[in-house]
Amino acid sequence: MKLDDMARRLSLQVVTPPPDPQREVVGGYASDLLSCVMARAKAGYIWVTLQSHPNVVAVASLLDLAGVIITEDAPIEAGAVQKASEEGVALYSTPLTTYTVVARLAAAGVPGNDP
Amino acid sequence: MAEITRITRVQELVYDLKIEQVMTKPVITVTPDTRISALKEILRINRISGTPVVEGDRLVGIISIEDLIKALENGEMDARVGDKMTPNVVTVYSHDSVIEAVKRFAQYPVGRFPVVDGHGRLVGILTGGDITRGLLEAIGLKWDAEEISRYRASHIFADIVSDRTSLILCYKVQPRDFEHGGEAASKIKRALYRLGAHPAIIRRVAIAAYEAEMNLIIHTDNGGEIVAEIRPETVRLVATDDGPGIADVNLAMQPGYSTAPDWIRELGFGAGMGLLNIRRCADHFYIHSTLEVGTRLEIDFNIPGGALAGSEA
Repeated sequence: MKLDDMARRLSLQVVTPPPDPQREVVGGYASDLLSCVMARAKAGYIWVTLQSHPNVVAVASLLDLAGVIITEDAPIEAGAVQKASEEGVALYSTPLTTYTVVARLAAAGVPGNDP
Repeated sequence: MAEITRITRVQELVYDLKIEQVMTKPVITVTPDTRISALKEILRINRISGTPVVEGDRLVGIISIEDLIKALENGEMDARVGDKMTPNVVTVYSHDSVIEAVKRFAQYPVGRFPVVDGHGRLVGILTGGDITRGLLEAIGLKWDAEEISRYRASHIFADIVSDRTSLILCYKVQPRDFEHGGEAASKIKRALYRLGAHPAIIRRVAIAAYEAEMNLIIHTDNGGEIVAEIRPETVRLVATDDGPGIADVNLAMQPGYSTAPDWIRELGFGAGMGLLNIRRCADHFYIHSTLEVGTRLEIDFNIPGGALAGSEA
């Protein structure tokens, strides 16, 4: 599934648009612990989290993630938004909970990274 | 390995490239009132084998050289294009990926698709040849861009002769500077990319550098320093600080163990996975810490075949 389709299917609000809306979402990972994301998420993954500070963008950029979905309408710091647009990291926001977002991504065929 | 990367790149391009980037435009068109005799001249002069039929800016059909031959056989050179064309044309969208057109070519026995924009207006025409040419150009461009950006940097090691050449990058990290957290790791990652390191190595170094950097930000009294020493066959990261030091290194290596305060944990740090992540990524890992003196972390990565020596380029 492409980022564009994902945003449409889950009715996500685009906070910072992806440089390439047609980028393929190759997998997904959900956690609010950054080191766990570092260990498990891979390039092209979508990351679902409640965290919304600038370091989320740093992690997404370092791992070359496809994007980050911030759940439960968590307020996103201005610094994070600015950094995301500078680094070309796609940020999405949704009132849905992490659980629901993950369920919908899974239903759409986005796989996880399990050993 | 190189073969796999290359195939993936072409596949990537089929998804990355938009139809509008490879289609032919402007399009030569005819109207339903054009005579078949005039169509023959239009196809001949432009050396094309078909053309969309438009009424105003609306696409109403497509007519090909086959329709022309049939009309010739039946002696219908004065017929209107509107009566001989194929109506209900299958189109593709200009903003779609080339892959959508590839799928459609496999699905329909046609040689070309008119390309329309979001408002259904005809903006171009797409043949199999357009796709091939577009892909070849894009591969060439991408390859050139990568080669050029890597060239100058990756030849450092080949051009400079010494018994042992290394590139040393130093980064100062300030305590509690979450705003800039990850920047040193990001810069090290970029440097390795420009030096032509393999993406798998870059990922491991970037993860380890990030965790080391965040440790300095989260835990140290006065921040610290990250030094990356890059050689053709190894990368070494050294993170040092002057305190407070780790009371029990073995305990700190346990998954889930963290001394981070609550406010930092609420930000998602302090998962107690940092040192573990570093050890997992490294080929060699060494940590030495003394309370009230400081911590020194050495992380080594081997680069298979000394790939940074520039010999592969």
